[in-house]
Amino acid sequence: MKITADSPPTLSALDRPNSYIGRSVPRPNLARLTQGRGQYVSDVTLPRMAHVAFVRSPHAHARIVSIATDAAKTSPGVIAVVTGAELAKVMTPWVGVLTHLKGLKSAPQSPIAVDVACWQGEAVCAVVARSRAEAEDACELVEVAYEDLPAVTDPETALDARTHVIHASLGDNLCFERKLEAGAVDKAFAESDAVVETTFVFGRHTGVTNEPRAIVADWNPGDQRLTVYQGTQAPHMMQDLFAKHLGLAADQVRVLTKDVGGSFGIKVHTYADEMATVALSKLLKRPVKFVADRIESFVTDIHARDQRVKGKIGVTKDGTITAFEIDVLTGIGPYSVYPRTSGIEANQVVNLTGGPYSCPNYRAQARVVFQNKNVMCQYRAVGHPIAVAVTEGLVELAAAKIGMDPLEIRRRNLIADDAYPCGSASGLKFEKLSHHEALAHLDTMMNYAGVRAEQSKLRKQGIYRGIGFASFIEVTNPSAAFYGVGGARITSQDGATVKLDAQGAIIIHSGVTEQGQGAEAVLAQCVASSFGVSLDKVRVVTGDTDNTPYGGGTWASRAAGIGGEAAWQAGKALRGNVLAVAGAMLQAKPEDLDIRNSVVVDKASGTERLTLAELARVAYFRPDTLPPGFQAELMATRHYVPRAWPFAFTNGIQASYLEIDTDTGFVKLIDHWCIEDCGTIINPQLVDEQIRGGVVQGIGAALFEQCLYDERGQMLNGNMADYLVPMAVEMPDIQCGHVVSPTADSELGAKGAGEAGTAGAPACIMNAINDALRPLGAKPLTDMPFTPGKILQALGKV
Amino acid sequence: MSDLGIDISLTVNGEQVSERVEPRQTLVDFLRDNLGLTGSHVGCEHGVCGACTVRVDGAIVRGCLMLAVQCAGSQVETIEGLSDSGEVADLQAAFEQRNALQCGFCTPGMIATAQDLLAGGGVPSRDEIREHISGNYCRCTGYHAIVDAVEAVALQRAGAAK
Amino acid sequence: MKPAPFAYKKARSLDEAVALLGEHKDARLLAGGQSLIATLNMRLSAPSLLIDINGLSGLDGITAKEGMVEIGALVRHVQAERSEIIAKLVPLIARAMPHIGHAAIRNRGTLGGSIAFADPAAELPACLMALDGEVEATGPKGKRTIKAQDFFKGLFETALGPQELLTAIRIPAATKDTRVGFAELARRHGDYAIVGLAASAQGDGKGLKDVRLSFFGTGDTPSRARKAETALESGDIDAAVAALDLEPHDDVQAPAKVKKHLAGVLLRRVAKQLMEART
Ligand SMILES: Cc1cc2nc3c(=O)[nH]c(=O)nc-3n(C[C@H](O)[C@H](O)[C@H](O)COP(=O)(O)OP(=O)(O)OC[C@H]3O[C@@H](n4cnc5c(N)ncnc54)[C@H](O)[C@@H]3O)c2cc1C
Ligand code: FES
Ligand code: FES
Repeated sequence: MKITADSPPTLSALDRPNSYIGRSVPRPNLARLTQGRGQYVSDVTLPRMAHVAFVRSPHAHARIVSIATDAAKTSPGVIAVVTGAELAKVMTPWVGVLTHLKGLKSAPQSPIAVDVACWQGEAVCAVVARSRAEAEDACELVEVAYEDLPAVTDPETALDARTHVIHASLGDNLCFERKLEAGAVDKAFAESDAVVETTFVFGRHTGVTNEPRAIVADWNPGDQRLTVYQGTQAPHMMQDLFAKHLGLAADQVRVLTKDVGGSFGIKVHTYADEMATVALSKLLKRPVKFVADRIESFVTDIHARDQRVKGKIGVTKDGTITAFEIDVLTGIGPYSVYPRTSGIEANQVVNLTGGPYSCPNYRAQARVVFQNKNVMCQYRAVGHPIAVAVTEGLVELAAAKIGMDPLEIRRRNLIADDAYPCGSASGLKFEKLSHHEALAHLDTMMNYAGVRAEQSKLRKQGIYRGIGFASFIEVTNPSAAFYGVGGARITSQDGATVKLDAQGAIIIHSGVTEQGQGAEAVLAQCVASSFGVSLDKVRVVTGDTDNTPYGGGTWASRAAGIGGEAAWQAGKALRGNVLAVAGAMLQAKPEDLDIRNSVVVDKASGTERLTLAELARVAYFRPDTLPPGFQAELMATRHYVPRAWPFAFTNGIQASYLEIDTDTGFVKLIDHWCIEDCGTIINPQLVDEQIRGGVVQGIGAALFEQCLYDERGQMLNGNMADYLVPMAVEMPDIQCGHVVSPTADSELGAKGAGEAGTAGAPACIMNAINDALRPLGAKPLTDMPFTPGKILQALGKV
Repeated sequence: MSDLGIDISLTVNGEQVSERVEPRQTLVDFLRDNLGLTGSHVGCEHGVCGACTVRVDGAIVRGCLMLAVQCAGSQVETIEGLSDSGEVADLQAAFEQRNALQCGFCTPGMIATAQDLLAGGGVPSRDEIREHISGNYCRCTGYHAIVDAVEAVALQRAGAAK
Repeated sequence: MKPAPFAYKKARSLDEAVALLGEHKDARLLAGGQSLIATLNMRLSAPSLLIDINGLSGLDGITAKEGMVEIGALVRHVQAERSEIIAKLVPLIARAMPHIGHAAIRNRGTLGGSIAFADPAAELPACLMALDGEVEATGPKGKRTIKAQDFFKGLFETALGPQELLTAIRIPAATKDTRVGFAELARRHGDYAIVGLAASAQGDGKGLKDVRLSFFGTGDTPSRARKAETALESGDIDAAVAALDLEPHDDVQAPAKVKKHLAGVLLRRVAKQLMEART
């Protein structure tokens, strides 16, 4: 193996002396974690801290007739037993809608169900006790009488007139609907030489962060402030929501996020049980801790995907794609999740389908319906894995139909690398993508011709291997177009404050958060480079709403591109400030000076003039020696928000090479490749590891993971023995490559890279499976996850 | 605590510890809640994720599938102890260099498991490494970097042993 | 997810363990804990007393005598995995061992616990059936022996009485004619199998006799496929597959028809192993 400690910087514009841009430096905060000295929320204990456990509805849909709490109240260690009605006096309900998703509706949701429980796992009563074990003991003593209500579980019939309406006040079970028509779709299909139609099914799955959701809420009536330790991706958003629903001012709420044991979009939402924990702290005037256990995580962490997409593609004999058409149906549980809503995933599928291709004819319809299952919302790569699988699945089916090589059909249809700026049929705007260069890079890296030759050789021996591809685009660096314009108080800008300390070291405070992706390393690299110090002189502080600039946190691959740019600019601004001090001290023109490796130097000759330590000493302790009227400013703040483009799209292509045991339907993954263009690469190792981790989550979706429900809305496999997450033995090594098309919207030029792996992997696994099975005449598989049973069925063996 | 409490004495990371525990308390909860050794993590409490992996009398075990009372008289070692003694310093360095952790939640258990493999000597193949960590869930890395890091240390140790 | 409260007693002798089982009707024995503690954590079971048998002496040996191999109930999976006696005289168990869970699980889990727990998808109960082994049970009236085919009664149900412990398993030692075959299909390494097959036979010239096919993951208990055994004895693999008389249920891993198909595939693979494995 090669441990990449370092690699030469690649970017001239950013290539300042001792630049860290483009270098695989290790993350500064890792030793703490490898030594087990991290501080995850599940590790937090506070004086007088109590623990909450919830009584959860065993029914998918039931009226709560009565709750008897007397026995629980006298159980050892119990501090309080609180029902939904009681908690409603402390916290107001919320509704997950966004105005720019026109017509999207939802019902008010409470921290604890008040009259009706709408999914199996919804909290109906809280027990607070000295220990989690005692709280659970007492939960068993709470007697809830339920009256069963009809469970709406099948999205296909959710809108039928005879189906029970879950929220009578909404009139029907429709949450959101969108239609889109571009170009001349019917004409295009009519003029096609071949049309392929099929239905894709995407299993419901979930994030399974290794550390479950955790929160400690501490309401201090003495200073009238609420401190919340929360494993979240968006501390400022949560601060705003806690304040709003408790009737507090935002400045009365402090959200602290230290180490988080994995997020992937799971920890960016409002969870009823977490809101309840905060409300309970307010009610009981003491710290209350809630750590979801794995069993409750499976029925309360947001689920995702669960879509049925009918897709259609037209092609001509020369391989030109003439039109795409999709019809999306998804059931999102009983509530649209607050505040990002549960309409976004289907909406993204409409936006993204067909996105890499220049085909102008596109028709889409999406319906999002309520049902009595756990709620669905945004999980890593929202909508992308679906849109990519539908698009790429259709493209490879079309290629097979006209007998064209799958890379060749892409070459003929991917948007040309010199066509930018341009847009997609669905109205997306692309600044600069590199589909063809990425494809050429992949072709070489994987030795496509060689792999094909091996495949056909092995086929003759009865060994069935498949090669599958997926070109993709990814939404990163979202502007206010994502949520802000829809009325959600989710900021798209981010800030960084950089200060010089009294020994000449640098401290950064940033609004983005570290979820393990390496945000802190990236921020440090940006500032070290733009300011001019070595990395070991930089410390990063994130995840504290009292002490960091207001920011959006980590989601939609924004931390490096947006947070990094703010930090880069703040570092530059501080350099200007520091050089002004140096100029005053040295009686030199600041513009003739620079900072290199913690030393002020002559810009032209590099001659060392003054160390930062000395400069800081003078500025802080002997300011009397500076010229009269001169004030040193040793802290600078900059904010950044993308303005020129609604999103910085990235692109790439993945390939999978796998083998199918046609007797058992088992799939063995042999190789996986990903070429990705995320613009400027600040830290190549971190980008590659985002890709690899993301690919494996995508493989999970394609082969293993599914929340299985019965028709009564009961989850059947809500534990880690039965819900299969990818483990080490079955996963392949993953080769990564890059193309670099920086965005001109920021000086850094970085786009996001957090979701590309997850976006493309399911599609190329699906295509590889179908490629392997094609010579056997199997019906193409389009129903994820591809279990051995489904593969055997396609082969006609069961 | 109920009247079921039992007094136990054991050695944790070389230190003698005496505590009164409820029989139902698992080893990992005891380490975390009673001793403040929060480096051992709780990911599933049913034996699947491996985040709670610690060493008892020299063998790696699931901290969630042993009771604290069962450890009376035992030698328990957690990531804190393995770190302080320097036993896994090379693994830790390789994990950091290779970015073989993202959120780090799986890492203490992963390192204990990797050390268990490497303690057997020799240079395991990548497949053997994958097999030995097959009971340790990592949601972040996709495992490739972890296998790289463990392999690098195996080679390093084999080189040093020559 | 914390267990309901229970009392804990570390048994100092077999007699004490038996007596405690008699005194506390809902007591449970604690061996490796690798199945039991998970179910306690999930509150799927809430005994009033756990009787820890880990300290009992004399239950952790692997010995060969008089053509039989005796494995003490407290022999841990890892010990069996590394045992030369098992490698040589009970090669079927040696083959099965690496498929059971993961290193940390095998360091604690016991053979006795695995067989007493009688998970229908577990390897060892099926191996015991395939090898025509027996269980030694110890209760208030002393020891008795139960043949494997009489031991597994139903889903997680065995012939052990309420006051009995499984103290050992005994297996006829392999001879030069013994053939074994093992295969399982699990989605992920170390998982319980969707379907598995443990088999033994005696080589008989060019053919096989005394074929014992013991499937797991296909019913409430490990299941012998007797018609298929007969067909194999006459050397006809196709007929054996056609004669497979298993009735698996649907479960979260796979529908019954898939299990049935996979059982046939495993039968072919294991039959080949049996026929090829000339010692
Ligand atoms: C992640 C994971 C994966 C696993 N994968 C597999 C696998 O692939 N295949 C497999 O077979 N197993 C697997 N297991 C289970 C493991 O093998 C267990 O160790 C085994 O099933 C039970 O043995 P134990 O000694 O741990 O028993 P315990 O958990 O202590 O006990 C299990 C039950 O048996 C009873 N019992 C135990 N010993 C005796 C005795 N001597 N007499 C009477 N009753 C007794 C107990 O009272 C209890 O009811 C897995 C476990 C985990 C956590
Ligand atoms: S917490 Fe012990 S294995 Fe998951
Ligand atoms: S690094 Fe997050 S689970 Fe492994």
